[in-house]
Amino acid sequence: MSMIECKKLSIGYDKKVVCKDINFEINEGEYLCILGENGSGKSTLLKTILGLNKPVFGKIILDKTISKNKLGYLPQQTDFQRDFPATVWEVVMSGFVSSMGLRPFYNKAEKSKAQEILDFLGLSKFAKNGFKELSGGQQQRVLLARALCATDKVLVLDEPTNGLDAKATAQFYKLLKTLNEKGLTIVMVSHNIERVLEYATNIVYLKDSMIFSGTIDDFRGSDIMSALKIGE
Amino acid sequence: MNIFEQLGYYLKFDFVKYALVVGILISLSCAILGVTLVLKRYAMIGDGLSHVAFGAMTIAMVLTIADMYLMLPVTILVAILLIRLTNKGKVKNDSAIAMLSVGALSFGYLIVNLFSTSSNISGDVCSTLFGSTSILTLSTLDVWICVALTIVVLFYFVFFHNKIFAMTFDEDFSKATGTKVAVYNNIMAIITGIIIVLAMKLVGSLLISALIVFPALSAIRLFKSYKMVIIFASIISVVSSIFGILVSLLWGTPVGATIVIINIFNYFVCYLIEIITKNCKSGAKL
Repeated sequence: MSMIECKKLSIGYDKKVVCKDINFEINEGEYLCILGENGSGKSTLLKTILGLNKPVFGKIILDKTISKNKLGYLPQQTDFQRDFPATVWEVVMSGFVSSMGLRPFYNKAEKSKAQEILDFLGLSKFAKNGFKELSGGQQQRVLLARALCATDKVLVLDEPTNGLDAKATAQFYKLLKTLNEKGLTIVMVSHNIERVLEYATNIVYLKDSMIFSGTIDDFRGSDIMSALKIGE
Repeated sequence: MNIFEQLGYYLKFDFVKYALVVGILISLSCAILGVTLVLKRYAMIGDGLSHVAFGAMTIAMVLTIADMYLMLPVTILVAILLIRLTNKGKVKNDSAIAMLSVGALSFGYLIVNLFSTSSNISGDVCSTLFGSTSILTLSTLDVWICVALTIVVLFYFVFFHNKIFAMTFDEDFSKATGTKVAVYNNIMAIITGIIIVLAMKLVGSLLISALIVFPALSAIRLFKSYKMVIIFASIISVVSSIFGILVSLLWGTPVGATIVIINIFNYFVCYLIEIITKNCKSGAKL
């Protein structure tokens, strides 16, 4: 089943097109990585899918079952404030806010779900700690927990391991794979081509237009892949 | 008479009771709003708006209409406009707000000087800028307007606490997951406008920023939870205001400036406590 579909999409800012002819589908349970050169609009594409940016041309069709408040989002590290006074618990719970409508306070079901997610991510012991006291890798896991509170369908991540050390990066990718195997659809922008080849099931490659979209096996045999290898 | 007898004597007067009630409500709303504004890096917007409110007030003065009727809509309108432009990235730097601030301030002073029929222009201007006596000369209508507006504002902050937190912490996440951020930003702008107009009564338009910024900054020094920051900022702000009003009654100091100085003092106390607790913690580790 197609969860997200981009049709003849052109993305950019203020009517200025950064990348055009984007056509692809994301199906349930896929692990899609968006690759591309710097400035090719990878993050812009994510933001357009999330509705933070208007498409310059074309459209994005979301499946009815996910509509907007069923997308979980993990922003780039620079996109949020590191010194914000908030406990881990407060940050994680805020993932539920958009699905609450006008109800002012969190209910029991939400609290126990958050607790489960914290247990799963090994964050329970930090629940009362300040968010700003945590290491980069821990903060990233807290934001992942928040995103998981917001969704059980599609997770959208923007270079989630930027700034993390090798160990934390490896841990984080393993965690994502586990979540993917549990049925979560993953859409991610990444620079880390090794990890992408190890875990992703599908690839979209952007330049000034979309030059590749398909499965990981097709990508391995493609011209882009051989060009990347020479580049290394 | 000792100090307590003197205070007991003052507290029999209605105008003193009004001043205390309004002072508590205003400082409470300012503190809670302040936490959001400081964390969103909007503190300068609050400052700019207070000068706009001053400009609007001078027009009301000249037209001899009740100042609230003009100040409220003008300030709210400019607040919505400013926050919208800031979010769109069109007001990127502080200089745009600085221009608006000084523009409104000089416009207001010019208007008063050209058209006011009052015999004591500098006195009028001084009391609007520094709120020297207005908190002690409130009419019952002023008090009721203030009580009604602050109660609405406080209810909003309590009922939307979780939403406001989510949007202040990470606006993009809220937007991406489907919260109507633009609507809430407009409500926040309206509330900012209301609180600034009300706070002019307490400390005058030049000193409002202090009421918004200091309690939040003090609380952020000491607490790591957002909820505790809001609660502590409220407490410290209310205590400072009560204390400030009483001190100014006893020793005849200007109310606004006294409250602000007490807030600054509290900030440094919090700063010291932070340094001491940090040293103790690292000492314990060694």
